[in-house]
Amino acid sequence: MTTTPLAVRADRAWWRVPQRHVPVLATFVLLLVMYGVGVSQYRAFSNIQVVFNIFIDNGFLLVVAVGMTFVILTGGIDLSVGSVVAMTAMVSASLLRDGVNPALVLVVALLIGPTLGFAMGCVIHFFDIQPFIVTLAGMFFARGMCTWISSTSIPITEGFWTSAAQERIRIGENFVSVSVLIALAVVGVAAFTLAYTRLGRNVYAIGGNPQSALLMGLPVGRTKIAVYTISGLCSAVGGILLSFYTLSGAPLIAVGMELDVIAAVVIGGTLLTGGSGYVFGTVLGVLVLGVIQTLITFDGTLSSWWTKIVIGALLFAFILLQRLVGIRKK
Amino acid sequence: MSQRHPVLTMTAISKHFPGVRALDGVDFRLFPGEVHALMGENGAGKSTLIKVLTGVYGTDAGTITLDGTQVSFTGPMQAAAAGVSTVYQEVNLCTNLSVAENIFIGREPRRGGAINWRQMRRQAQEALARLDLHIDVSELLGSYSLAVQQMVAIARAVDVQARVLILDEPTSSLDADEVAQLLRIMRQLRDQGIAILFVTHFLDQVYGIADRITVLRNGRLVGEYLTADLPQLALVEKMIGKELDALEQLDSEAGKDPARVAEGSPLVEADGLGRSGAVAPFSLTIHAGEVVGMAGLLGSGRTEVARLFFGADRADKGQLVVDGKPTTIRNPIAAIDRDIAFCSENRRTEGLIGELSVRENIILAMQAARGWLRPVPRRKQDELVQRWIEALSIRPADPERPVRNLSGGNQQKVLLARWLITEPRLLILDEPTRGIDIGAKTEIQRLVAQLSDGGMAVLFISAELEEVLRLSHKVAVMRDRQLVAQLTNDESLDADRVMRAIASGARQEGLEKA
Repeated sequence: MTTTPLAVRADRAWWRVPQRHVPVLATFVLLLVMYGVGVSQYRAFSNIQVVFNIFIDNGFLLVVAVGMTFVILTGGIDLSVGSVVAMTAMVSASLLRDGVNPALVLVVALLIGPTLGFAMGCVIHFFDIQPFIVTLAGMFFARGMCTWISSTSIPITEGFWTSAAQERIRIGENFVSVSVLIALAVVGVAAFTLAYTRLGRNVYAIGGNPQSALLMGLPVGRTKIAVYTISGLCSAVGGILLSFYTLSGAPLIAVGMELDVIAAVVIGGTLLTGGSGYVFGTVLGVLVLGVIQTLITFDGTLSSWWTKIVIGALLFAFILLQRLVGIRKK
Repeated sequence: MSQRHPVLTMTAISKHFPGVRALDGVDFRLFPGEVHALMGENGAGKSTLIKVLTGVYGTDAGTITLDGTQVSFTGPMQAAAAGVSTVYQEVNLCTNLSVAENIFIGREPRRGGAINWRQMRRQAQEALARLDLHIDVSELLGSYSLAVQQMVAIARAVDVQARVLILDEPTSSLDADEVAQLLRIMRQLRDQGIAILFVTHFLDQVYGIADRITVLRNGRLVGEYLTADLPQLALVEKMIGKELDALEQLDSEAGKDPARVAEGSPLVEADGLGRSGAVAPFSLTIHAGEVVGMAGLLGSGRTEVARLFFGADRADKGQLVVDGKPTTIRNPIAAIDRDIAFCSENRRTEGLIGELSVRENIILAMQAARGWLRPVPRRKQDELVQRWIEALSIRPADPERPVRNLSGGNQQKVLLARWLITEPRLLILDEPTRGIDIGAKTEIQRLVAQLSDGGMAVLFISAELEEVLRLSHKVAVMRDRQLVAQLTNDESLDADRVMRAIASGARQEGLEKA
């Protein structure tokens, strides 16, 4: 008997974008359009320093969003990031005020986030509790710790911190801050991890189908704990960058930042249900938020709340887009 | 053959669950280079045996020996590492990853710590080429058909140096061509010396490929036989443990009389009904008391027709006439209002709610029809549910047990009971007997015959021609999303003619099974 050949696939024309790239591409187009609007409306907008400033002002957000990308790719969520950022900044500021060696401060500050992340990951995995509620607890805990350390803002005057904050790295006529380089390094390492390591691929597998991942013999539990630890580490790095940026630690800083971060990741094309998305998309997502802020600043008449309104509208548009792409796949 | 040593021996395996003796002193052995079919009704203990073998469950008693050494796996992972790989009925892969990754994830080739994508793709291409499958391995798995996904799963299983390959109902969602391809691959793997444990409900597949058959019933070993020594009827008898004249009896008692039911005005009439991209416009009438069988290959549009009748999809061409009045059925609620019921093909995802009890699942449709403000009194619920549990012999006969703990056949009966309780005039059954055992199959077939005798119209969709022919007054044949023929089921109609109708035109005679 003859068998009809299986796996009949229509040959894809070269210009057709694979479905999985559609959301990222949409974000990229959006970014170009918004930048184009800025350039056409405001003369100063075309200065390349505007772009650099977006990176300088959002370096810490970018780092935290990278960590969040790992978590969301597994289908989870981490609400504690804003509080952990604040707590890291607070701990750094208070230790520096007490005259502790800055190198030691860095080490301690960088340990707090991942430790909390690891603990939350363990609770999520071993007790099989929704990440939403576990990280909500983590969020309250970390925010509480901030106020426990000090109920008022602590300024940082230590030499290493101030030089890191004020150092300008020249690129031609323009400059970026140390934070930007650190943020870009984090992005690079994260992108490599997701694309070229088993940990990274396991993250995608778990987000796609946790049951299958388990049956395929992948270390599901270890990977889940790892992503919350990574998110904690990124929050810690973000906290340090924020303390460079503000040169202080304040108990109520970065309130609600987790929501900005989630918005950036989703606008960057990562599926909230997990399994699909890229770090590059997240970079674009953060840039979109940054460009909106810059546009509103340039306008000068609009209240800063317009940022939120635009982000809200964009989020709606992007989750609808994800849905449409998902439906078309079926 | 007798001097060969089995690669795997399971001796006196017992496994208890609270209140159930799932396995009771079962022996099983598997020789290299052989396909060994594990047969039994649902609840016979096939799945439990496989799960014990792969370490999903521990054993209460008994030993498992692989290559002469006693083993006790802690999970499928460890079993796979030792050379015992499993491919499940539902493809357990990640559709959001590429084909290549699905084959290699967890053991990707690496260079200097980084995954070597190019080598991975090349190796994946080679692994699939060995199964005679030539596809773009960098595409997402989800962009391929279920059959291809199944074969990718096999490629993954075999590539882990498997000596024992367990195929747990791999064919239940494939169409005839795909099954043929899968069986060919199984023969190829067998010839390479792999021992294959094959679980399926399709007898003809067993006789097409298995060298040896082990039959289980109610957790006990009935026996191990060479396929050549065990006629088909004897196998069925051993599986269900009772004389199987039930099916033959059904043939005579059904008393199909196409002329009788075709009288009078039709209950439901599709007049050029169609939906672009799903089904080409078709016309079909269904009378009260008539069973209209729907035959065709997987993907030929059978389910789509059913969904149009039920309003699950909206028709964009033609119209539906119910009781002689043109009607637009916009959604399932409108269909239910007109006494149309639909048992979907995916009972797990589209029909039953696993966490709810048998009683709650059965009452669901009736409650929905009454509206939420008028709850069905508990006493009435218990009464109704008890009656249907008995009528359909749902086992275990415990109305408060969560549905997910029931076997496939019993779940199907619960779904049927839910709709029957609403006393529909048209009952649409989409593959009601797929993946369930012969005993339950017979019961469901008999029920359909009874219901139609009682005046209910039934649209009966099934991939098994035999049962379509046994039950239907009229057979509607689908091919490539078109209704290509309507055959009156009189003396002259047999499986051959239906198959020719399915295969007519461009299709070749690719239907050895069906």
